[in-house]
Amino acid sequence: MRDVAIVSFAQSAKARELRNEIEILMPVVHEAVGASRMPRTEIGFTCSGSSDYLQGQSFAFVGALDAVGAWPPIRESHVEMDGAWALYEAWIKIQTGDVDSALVYSFGKSSPGDIAEVLALQLDPYTVTPLWPDAHSLAAIQARAFLEATGKSERELAEVVARSRRSAIGNPHAVVSGEFSVEKLLAEPYVSSPLRAHDLPPVTDGASALVMVAGERARQLCERPVWIRGIDHRIEPQSLGARELVRSASSEIAGAKAGVHKGKVDFAELHAPYSHQELILRAALGLGENVKINPSGGALASHALMAAGLVRIGEAAARIMAGHGDRAVAHATQGPCLQQNLVCVLEGD
Amino acid sequence: MAELELVKSIVTPVVLDYDYVTGRAQSRFLRGIAEGRILGQRCPECRRVYVPARGACPRCAVATEEELQVSDRGTVTTFCIVRVPSENLSFTPPYACVAVLLDGANIPFNHVLQECPLEQVRMGMRVQAVWVDRKDLGPSMSSIRYFKPVAEPDAEFDSYKEHL
Repeated sequence: MRDVAIVSFAQSAKARELRNEIEILMPVVHEAVGASRMPRTEIGFTCSGSSDYLQGQSFAFVGALDAVGAWPPIRESHVEMDGAWALYEAWIKIQTGDVDSALVYSFGKSSPGDIAEVLALQLDPYTVTPLWPDAHSLAAIQARAFLEATGKSERELAEVVARSRRSAIGNPHAVVSGEFSVEKLLAEPYVSSPLRAHDLPPVTDGASALVMVAGERARQLCERPVWIRGIDHRIEPQSLGARELVRSASSEIAGAKAGVHKGKVDFAELHAPYSHQELILRAALGLGENVKINPSGGALASHALMAAGLVRIGEAAARIMAGHGDRAVAHATQGPCLQQNLVCVLEGD
Repeated sequence: MAELELVKSIVTPVVLDYDYVTGRAQSRFLRGIAEGRILGQRCPECRRVYVPARGACPRCAVATEEELQVSDRGTVTTFCIVRVPSENLSFTPPYACVAVLLDGANIPFNHVLQECPLEQVRMGMRVQAVWVDRKDLGPSMSSIRYFKPVAEPDAEFDSYKEHL
């Protein structure tokens, strides 16, 4: 295996953007490439993650290349997934020895459409999508099953929200942050019982980008490169009825394969768009009380769909780069009710 | 068991509403159209002028800030004759769809050609925008009704060969 490190990261997130995707993305890509100290034309591979359904425009991901500069022509690929999976593809590409560095970016605007409805299109097109189950209600089915199975209470969900929003204070990319009492949160009405508005991901428009480099070159470019020590992703069946919703079997396997417990975990950035999913993921990855979860505030504070998973990896890397921890777990999810999960173990020198 | 009759198709209506945002660059372009002007943006590095601009030079990967008005006259770089009817068309087929390199721009602009027999449409021909009445101008491409030929000699192939 080649050692690959993240050497730079940048992001942008707002509740509602009046800029177009290129206008959002370009400064983020410039910042990540600039901070990498690698000339744009020397980056071996470019890989992006986004979904045209968010924009309601076909081939929107091709248009986004205007922000990157594809002249002279570049080696480029795209996944119709969160940017975390673009990172995975780029990591594989570097492993093949074909290239030594990669720019990974992702972007998504949740605000133009009704995101809960747009996401219904990822369900089985014959038997489920025609019923138009909205994403929040599907998550609520999972939350209800989880509370029933574990004996946990809505109070514990509110505690996740209060802690996330408190951690997000000082994060300039958080769209929700501040001190909120659990009692006050529990007094709010349900959106889809047992979930309240604050248990849901906030509508966010944004982008994220990072540069990764193999071997010694990473040490030359970056004072404290953040090494990807393990990475794995697993998927569960599409049919919700075929899955065990109260646990995340795919995260359990991905976490074990990525080597989460080969060393002490200082903190974790978990991509849990709904409050109860953080508790499911914690259990799946075996992260105890001593592991700080989502020091950035996580997906309950800022959730630019398609970018938010890559943001977890970037936030964790940036934290290690800055010396706030040596070893972290970053996680990304896709699909309804944590269908697909990627786990990545990051380490500073 | 009786032979199963396969379901060969189902109808699943999908309606999704988007509150689309044009962004800064395209907003400026559309505001210009509402004033009867075609605005482009120049790349600060390669000096190419993009119409309509999306706020970036895709070659240099830099933001395009400098705005300038380009002519509503230009040269047909290529064209096709549309013969297939489809929804939302405001023209009756057959008609010509043209790529027009506006004078002052470095990228062709797509529109429809009228007031010209189809057999006379050709690369290099000089054309001009026909706008709606001043009072009907708005931030929409339909402010330009179509392009029509102008009585000027055809442009030399070399002048537009980079823009096919």
